[in-house]
Amino acid sequence: MRVTLKIVTIQGMRERKMHVFFEGSDRLIEMRDVTKTYGNGITAVNNINVFIDKGEFVYVVGPSGAGKSTFIKMTYLEERPTAGKIYMNGTDLDELKRKHIPLLRRNIGVVFQDFKLLPKLSVFENIAFALEVLEEPRHVIKKRVFEVLDLVRLKNKARFYPQELSGGEQQRVSIARAMINHPPILIADEPTGNLDPQTSWGIMDVLQEINARGTTVVMATHNKEIVNVSPKRVIAFEGGRVTRDEQRGRYAYEK
Amino acid sequence: MKSRTLLRHSKEGLKNIGRNGWMSFASVSAVTIMLMVVGIFLILIANINHIASDVEGDVEIRVHIDMTASEEDKEGLYEQIDAIDNVAAITYVDRDEGLDQFIEDVDEGSAELFESLRNENPLNDVFVVETKEPQLTEDVAGEIEQFANIDTVDYGEDIIEQLFAVTNMIRIVGAALVLGLMFTAMFLIANTIKLTIVARKNEIQIMKLVGATNGFIRWPFFVEGLVLGLLGAILPVAAVISGYYYLYDLLVTEAILSFVDIVPPNPLTFEIAAILIGIGALVGVWGSLMSVRKFLRV
Repeated sequence: MRVTLKIVTIQGMRERKMHVFFEGSDRLIEMRDVTKTYGNGITAVNNINVFIDKGEFVYVVGPSGAGKSTFIKMTYLEERPTAGKIYMNGTDLDELKRKHIPLLRRNIGVVFQDFKLLPKLSVFENIAFALEVLEEPRHVIKKRVFEVLDLVRLKNKARFYPQELSGGEQQRVSIARAMINHPPILIADEPTGNLDPQTSWGIMDVLQEINARGTTVVMATHNKEIVNVSPKRVIAFEGGRVTRDEQRGRYAYEK
Repeated sequence: MKSRTLLRHSKEGLKNIGRNGWMSFASVSAVTIMLMVVGIFLILIANINHIASDVEGDVEIRVHIDMTASEEDKEGLYEQIDAIDNVAAITYVDRDEGLDQFIEDVDEGSAELFESLRNENPLNDVFVVETKEPQLTEDVAGEIEQFANIDTVDYGEDIIEQLFAVTNMIRIVGAALVLGLMFTAMFLIANTIKLTIVARKNEIQIMKLVGATNGFIRWPFFVEGLVLGLLGAILPVAAVISGYYYLYDLLVTEAILSFVDIVPPNPLTFEIAAILIGIGALVGVWGSLMSVRKFLRV
């Protein structure tokens, strides 16, 4: 089992110790017979098998309470399964030490419906925050922040504060933050849930570009139009089970 | 850790203290009161120990030898006492010497009276026995009483027992009070810091998502607790040092109670100050880490 700590250099950043999960195998997420039962007795995810490979763009769809959120949370380790095995690029998460979880998370970008930006920090500071945590030198932080702001087309808004931006712009900031470490995988939990259709397409453009540059994108969504107009692999949840998993799928269930 | 990061943690920690001003004030006050009591008790105990060791040092066993004992009996007795484990020293004081000492101790009028007794000296010859530890006095005295050729054995039974009782009581009461206050202070600090944590819940969640280690997240709270504890120590330290110097001045230099022998303030007050600062820091840090722990679980 490869749970290794290595010194690696990530695209211009200083060398640092981190888990190297995402080299070698092409299978990024592998869930085998995974069940999650919460403390209150509710089984949110019931014996699912999910495999996601490098470079994929995956929609996760299903009604509220179908288990989407729990599935998403298990990918970035906010929740651990009560049964079954999860492998991240071949690494058994049961063997991952608790103190190494932060190191793993640096390899996973996460985006939320409510953006989770800090209102008292400017756009620049909000993104830089993610690198300060890793104690990067200031000039590297500056360079990286402007790189990701360029990626989400917000270079000119670096000095603005979140409340001065539109919802779509705020979401792009949060995507920029998620991409700051060049993660091989980006998890988006209903990224367009709070946005109007026009803005939602702007977010989709950004996500598709990120995917085109090689990052795997897993996106939980209720947005029927996006799934149907821009067809990709669809994993559908219902009652805690995966009911459908097809390439170029459609939204295909009635709310 | 880089100095820039340390600076960041310190700034965050201090910001939080300001943000929850009243709770911070309450925590600092609790620490202050607690340390004040600790300081007073430490001074009290130091002085009681000082007096106690003075008195204990004076405690000796006086073995009054039978008038009828011969020189050989005395030598035998000496060897017997000398054979007891915890005996440190034995001094022989014959009856004439004893009377000399006695006459020296009393005032002149009585001295003349006793001088006239010189020919029919009522005193015994005495072995003065010192034990290795004052606490052993009673046991050793008990053993000596068993020997032959002894009239009586004297030692300051009552003084010793009372002294030990008082010292112990003060120590126990002090410890209980200090412990109780310490937990109160810790509880208050833990709650103050919990408030900051709740206020920064989003921030912590984001930090975790972008891969901050628990250590990194914990630092500002560590600083906050430490500063609260140290702030609480300022007043008690100042009070202990200046108060004790003042008291010492009053009692010793001004000679109001010149017979009272108290510990000089240097280095005592500075040692106590160091202890108070240490306890303050410990309570602060402990309280803060206690409240953070729960929030760091994944």
